Amino acid sequence: MSLRQIAFYGKGGIGKSTTSQNTLAALADLGQRILIVGCDPKADSTRLMLHAKAQDTILSLAAEAGSVEDLELEDVMKIGYKDIRCVESGGPEPGVGCAGRGVITSINFLEEEGAYDDIDYVSYDVLGDVVCGGFAMPIRENKAQEIYIVMSGEMMAMYAANNISKGILKYANSGGVRLGGLICNERQTDKELELAESLASKLGTSLIHFVPRDNIVQHAELRRMTVIEYAPESNQAAEYRQLAEKIHNNSGNGIIPTPITMDELEDLLMEHGIMSAVDESQVGKAAEVA
Amino acid sequence: MPQDANQVKDHFELFRGEEYTDMLAKKKAEFENPHPAEEVAKVREWAKTEEYKDLNFSREALTINPAKACQPLGAVFAAVGFESTLPFVHGSQGCVAYYRSHFSRHFKEPTSCVSSSMTEDAAVFGGLNNMVDGLANAYNMYKPKMIAVSTTCMAEVIGDDLNAYIKTAKEKESLPQEFDVPFAHTPAFVGSHITGYDNAMKGILEHFWDGKANTVDKMVREPNGKINFLGGFDGYAVGNLREVKRIFDMMKIEYTILGDQSDVWDTPTDGEFRMYDGGTTLEDAANALHAKATISMQQYCTEKTLPFIANHGQETAAFNHPIGVEATDSFIMEVARLAGVEIPDELAKERGRLVDAIADSNAHIHGKKFAIYGDPDLAYGLAKFVMELGGEPVVVLATNGGKAWAAKMQELFDSSPFGANCKAYPGKDLWHMRSLLFTEKPDFLIGNTYGKYLERDTGVPLIRIGFPIFDRHHKHRYPVWGYQGGLNVLVTILDRIFEHMDATTNVPSKTDYSYDIIR
Repeated sequence: MSLRQIAFYGKGGIGKSTTSQNTLAALADLGQRILIVGCDPKADSTRLMLHAKAQDTILSLAAEAGSVEDLELEDVMKIGYKDIRCVESGGPEPGVGCAGRGVITSINFLEEEGAYDDIDYVSYDVLGDVVCGGFAMPIRENKAQEIYIVMSGEMMAMYAANNISKGILKYANSGGVRLGGLICNERQTDKELELAESLASKLGTSLIHFVPRDNIVQHAELRRMTVIEYAPESNQAAEYRQLAEKIHNNSGNGIIPTPITMDELEDLLMEHGIMSAVDESQVGKAAEVA
Repeated sequence: MPQDANQVKDHFELFRGEEYTDMLAKKKAEFENPHPAEEVAKVREWAKTEEYKDLNFSREALTINPAKACQPLGAVFAAVGFESTLPFVHGSQGCVAYYRSHFSRHFKEPTSCVSSSMTEDAAVFGGLNNMVDGLANAYNMYKPKMIAVSTTCMAEVIGDDLNAYIKTAKEKESLPQEFDVPFAHTPAFVGSHITGYDNAMKGILEHFWDGKANTVDKMVREPNGKINFLGGFDGYAVGNLREVKRIFDMMKIEYTILGDQSDVWDTPTDGEFRMYDGGTTLEDAANALHAKATISMQQYCTEKTLPFIANHGQETAAFNHPIGVEATDSFIMEVARLAGVEIPDELAKERGRLVDAIADSNAHIHGKKFAIYGDPDLAYGLAKFVMELGGEPVVVLATNGGKAWAAKMQELFDSSPFGANCKAYPGKDLWHMRSLLFTEKPDFLIGNTYGKYLERDTGVPLIRIGFPIFDRHHKHRYPVWGYQGGLNVLVTILDRIFEHMDATTNVPSKTDYSYDIIR
């Protein structure tokens, strides 16, 4: 089997890292050999695999050693649950430097060092929006082929999903990157499933899976474990296993997304009755006190 | 006014006139708040001590006068070696002005290169429009056969994707779909000009051999008996490549020089401006895939390119800027082996002449101590040659050399008693070298033009070999490779030794008992 390269994108705090790690743990249970590349300066994309607070990142080690060229692959790669290889690119403290360049540097380093040899899956876990060229690195040609967007029924999560689709579209024509589908991480907002499906169809893709909210995820997280490892027999573990299978069988089914405008996004919310037709006289007014 | 229109003084004389000396003295006294001369002299002496050297070597966050340039310079060097190829640097204009002037000051020839002229808006919104417009302009105005794209810091920090941008530019009809636009990401803040050479050379070969960025089928290798030759980043490219071609022709070898800069940086003045001249044809670059083997003259210039070629099924061999008898022997014998030819008698004669010349002059070099700096391969080649001549290298420094280079240097020093007191200094700069010149007290320094400041400060005579050489003309026309090249390097070293000898023995009735006619 050839190397599958996938990436998880989505609004910050949506549960990307949790969803991706649980899904990848389930894929590892299926016998897949996996490399996780965390592309988030917070470096929390592998903590559940390693049962660690945060792993040493490529960039922090490079800063210590002097330059990236001074590093060896084994310095930066940790082995976690079911032999999943874990790497965090890391990046600067908030407010300084350029995290995007960090992602570029890290991915180049991994490719040059042969980190992608002898594995079935590479998964990039990327922070928030595709805010700059650096965060688009994983979707350049010959990198991730399928992007999975983690979202929820919240307006801003959908907005972010739409924005990420714009980023994918930019690269899809010249390269091979495709939108693999949406993953809805339940927030228990109104008509969440309907909305997610509706957005997916507007974007020309499908809702791959609707992951229900279950507190067991938090229990597992507190122990720095995936649900797959913490409670393999739980319903939630079964959900992630389903998601993993769907992704596994989704090879080659990605599409070039058709992002929508902000107005269309608002229309979508109206269609489902989440928002009433915008009465311009009401915009900016606080709720009336009962 | 100090100038007179009928007799204009140049800067040598003008600033020595009273008006200027008085003015400068006043400026210093009244506005510069200068330290007392004794204090300055004291510090100057202190900077010569071991104590200062130790402090100097414990420097962590500061580099002073690094002996290296940035990646895109190397990328431009590689690109101009191909037929009618315009180097296109995706980034700001100032960077490209630097590459052009740097080469022009060394080769004394114009160097054509364009930028995508990125400014603040491109840094914010990405440089796609600059790429689209820039490629269209470059294609239409300068009529190249190929445009080789590389990048500066700015484009790399914001993460511009060359592959996607070039494809988009073609979709927007900046240039024809089938037009060759190889590219390489060359972040200027990583590695040095030799890394940039490597990336660009690999980018060009990858373009031709591996399907032109997925737009055509990959080429299939049909092995023939040819030999490819990679010179690496080399300030002597003009003389060296012509010498290598002469040797290969003499050996009756079929070969392809990958990146032949010898004509474009040495165009004749005959009334016709040649923006492009000579160079490896694009057809030859593509067909180089079928060659039997590829030889790299500079291992550290081809750390990615050579394995890339080996992965395509060719035999490869790497040298470290071979200079002198033994190094040239290894090179010639390897070429003969790979090509399956005999070494011609004429070449053996040239070898004999070099050996003879070395023997004639041996007494003057034997036991002399040398400090050497330069690119990793050149520094290696020079140190090896100095040892072959009976000289003793004591310091070999390469700002862009790494741990592996230092280990290889050490192996060389260990191979001969002439290397017994030598140490390699990877990653160090010319301010480190300054300390070493004071404490290790070599007799001569070998380096590029920037070494003249070290010569002035330390009194150690400079032998100019390397890149760039700005303040002496036409050195790049004379090869340093091959037996003839070895002879040139020998003469360069000897000339400086004799000049120094004359300069230190010329006081009448005092030292002139050694001011000899015959040396």
